[in-house]
Amino acid sequence: MSETTISNRPAASSRRSFLKQSATATAGLVIGFHVPFLNKQAMAQGINPLSSATAAEVNAWVVVQPDDKIIIRIARSEMGQGSLTGLAQMVAEELECDWAKVSTEYPTPGQSLARKRVWGDFSTGGSRGIRGSADNVRKGGAAARMMLMQAAADQWSVPVAECTVSKGVISHAASKRTTTYGKVTAAASKLTEPTDIKLKDPKDWAIIGKRLARLDTVDKTTGRQVYGMDLKLPGMLNAAVKASPVFGGKIKSIDDAAVLKRPGVKKVLRVGDDTVVVVADTWWRAKTALDALKIEWDDGPNGKVSSASFAEILKAGLDAKDAVVGNSVGDAPAAIAGAARKIEAVYSYPHQNHACMETMNATVKWTPERCEVWLPTQNGEAALAATAEASGLPAAQCEVYKIHLGGGFGRRGATDYVRVAVGIGKQMPGTPIKMIWSREEDMAQGRFHPITQCKMTAGLDDKGEITGLTMRISGQSILAAVAPQNIRDGKDPVVFQGLNAPGPEASIGYTFPTLLVDHAMRNPHVPPGFWRGVNLNQNAIYLEGFIDEIAHATKQDPLALRRKLMTQHPKHLAVLNAVAERVGYDKPAPAGVFRGLAQTMGFGSYVAACAEVSVSADGVLKIHRIVAATDCGNAVNPQQIEAQVEGSFVYGLGAALYQECTVKDGRIEQSNFADYPSMKLADMPKVETIILSSGGFWGGVGEPTIAVAAPAVLNAIFAATGKRIRDLPLKNHSLKA
Amino acid sequence: MSKLNVNGKLLDYVADDGTPLLWVLREQLGLTGTKYGCGIAQCGACTVHIDGVPVRSCVMPASAMKPTQKITTIEGLSATGSHPIQKAWLALDVPQCGFCQSGMIMAATALVKDKPNPTDKDIDEAMTNICRCGTYNRVRSAIHTAAREMAAAKTGAKPKLVSELGKSVLNIEHISGDQA
Repeated sequence: MSETTISNRPAASSRRSFLKQSATATAGLVIGFHVPFLNKQAMAQGINPLSSATAAEVNAWVVVQPDDKIIIRIARSEMGQGSLTGLAQMVAEELECDWAKVSTEYPTPGQSLARKRVWGDFSTGGSRGIRGSADNVRKGGAAARMMLMQAAADQWSVPVAECTVSKGVISHAASKRTTTYGKVTAAASKLTEPTDIKLKDPKDWAIIGKRLARLDTVDKTTGRQVYGMDLKLPGMLNAAVKASPVFGGKIKSIDDAAVLKRPGVKKVLRVGDDTVVVVADTWWRAKTALDALKIEWDDGPNGKVSSASFAEILKAGLDAKDAVVGNSVGDAPAAIAGAARKIEAVYSYPHQNHACMETMNATVKWTPERCEVWLPTQNGEAALAATAEASGLPAAQCEVYKIHLGGGFGRRGATDYVRVAVGIGKQMPGTPIKMIWSREEDMAQGRFHPITQCKMTAGLDDKGEITGLTMRISGQSILAAVAPQNIRDGKDPVVFQGLNAPGPEASIGYTFPTLLVDHAMRNPHVPPGFWRGVNLNQNAIYLEGFIDEIAHATKQDPLALRRKLMTQHPKHLAVLNAVAERVGYDKPAPAGVFRGLAQTMGFGSYVAACAEVSVSADGVLKIHRIVAATDCGNAVNPQQIEAQVEGSFVYGLGAALYQECTVKDGRIEQSNFADYPSMKLADMPKVETIILSSGGFWGGVGEPTIAVAAPAVLNAIFAATGKRIRDLPLKNHSLKA
Repeated sequence: MSKLNVNGKLLDYVADDGTPLLWVLREQLGLTGTKYGCGIAQCGACTVHIDGVPVRSCVMPASAMKPTQKITTIEGLSATGSHPIQKAWLALDVPQCGFCQSGMIMAATALVKDKPNPTDKDIDEAMTNICRCGTYNRVRSAIHTAAREMAAAKTGAKPKLVSELGKSVLNIEHISGDQA
């Protein structure tokens, strides 16, 4: 095979410190491997990466090379959501550079640690990539521009105020002189970074808001994009792993005698007391040896539990006394008790696996002095901390090199798989180990969408007007599992996404005379995780389904009822109205086609959708058309927002139609895409996306639309069939007439 | 020592009996553009062409391949990403995470070779690859676009799509009205 060997320089960020280090470089610092992710651009141009030390870092965010090429540093991870390009647009907007000359690189979490978190948060979850760094990346670009212009002004001995810049060309009109960023970058890099930074007025934006092409598409159409699973380091061995299929179980015994005789098998190891590892020369040999390995498990206390036993526990929580309040207006239980009429319904949501196309993997090289990890991760800093902990080395002696992710969806924000890989590497000192999970292992060892049930109750007066509404959520808390320090007074605030009191985040879009939303925390042993859309998903199904139920029970049009309840929530209402207008709600749907609506607010954005479906007499559902609207405040790259909205319907509808992870004898029953199907192209409806960028705020777009996908379709199914689906997935239900 | 005919070259490899073609391509021959997604021919991330026919290489034993059978992987599809399908993919910014896209592109190139003007139904039937990011509507749109470009090229008409490989600026304004 042909393998390009390049040196693994750190991102140019710490170039100066790197140069100091490299004077005494050890073999561990400069190792050959065929991953171009750190200096793809340099390689493509035939530039020796190490000689590019002549390219100056203007500041932490911007490197300008002498040939005017711009490298923008991106702290957040690219997992398909496109924020690599969006964030580069935001820096470039303020930098006033030539977009055609822009490329990107990831700084490493180790460099962040060494530079006092100069890039801020690395975490890429909660649709925060853009909205969580809007200010610091723009200021980074603006500061670099100011420094570059100052350097030019100094060179010309003119006031910087007399200079102008366009596309990286600095001009001084009076003296008719021009120069470029590349020519002044060395001088600019010596200046002190300004702190008084004025950002551009949004009306002057020329790069933010443009439908620019992604910066990472070419390699993704040629097979050249290197994912974690594709890494090859010199001397590398491969590892396949199997953890106790019952969470909390342990290894009882391993009989490895036969397996160790297989060709290429190097070691059979344990990580902790619950994970078995086979290390071999190739992954295929490691995987097949692991499959052949005789392992006895001690299932522990969870060996008998099942989805049915979870459901009983959650059901009991629907009427339990130990609930904590998430949102409350007046005395809803009293209002309902005194109401002329009461409506009640119980909904539920299953466990689901993220099923990233690229299964979990990590490549580790551990020595007693240093631990390096090559990693597709949504959270570089958490991965570095986990590496330090699992390796037994101080964080300063660890490093994580980020690689583009083959899907994340929240799964790769967790660090469980990083710890396993480091645990293997530690037992193979000096040998790079690439750990890949099989799809079966990935399915078994997920960090699952939490399960909840919800009892919805409404009180109506004699005219059918709502007097009170209660939502009792019973079920799993993600924070209790992953960040228990954030549980305050027994309350997991994330449980209430989309149901919060009016405010900038995840607020409910309706006003009821009285309201009570509370949560009885019930945590089965299956580990929950942040799953794209998180708790907004089920909360929108519960609330939007039940609003439709009230509309039906009171013979009101579902849109008219919503509008009545939303008068005090103009941004929520605006996206719903935009959808209604586009879909032609005031006119009937085509014959045999029925509509369903949903709206919600979360991850900083307002979203709504209308689904048009038909259901045949023998119960076959067809989703014909989706109209969706998003108000994310400032729309950075509209064509990528459209891509996220379209993709959200695939993720959300796939979940609604097909996906559940059931538990039997303490273990997940589904093992692969054969029993955990995903939505396919033939299922995919036409999606029309409306972007309402009302301005003044930055909202996320990767997740919120997931939450309206299922309820819009479920409400349309009700309109078509009269069948109210309150638990998912839909494949468990017959829609036959 | 066995031989595989991959991307126009006869290559030697050593692997245990039963090793799937996918893992020989990835681990013996260094062709990592072909991806592992499921190992049971469900997701299509491992799709390659064998004598022009799309095959899921994760369940195809390499030892079943004769040296006369021509295997094409994403790396061998075109030297510079210039296949009309790849150009359409680029023009419509189809990939998100990109992990499934090698397989998608291999399935799509086989489709347009077989059916130069595929209908939506043809696309539904041929494109059974799983994409978790949800690029399906752009996949459909890009296949139609590529088919139009290929038809236009045959008549000598100037292609509307310019290969933008290597360029970072591409106004893809046109996609909004062109969604499937």
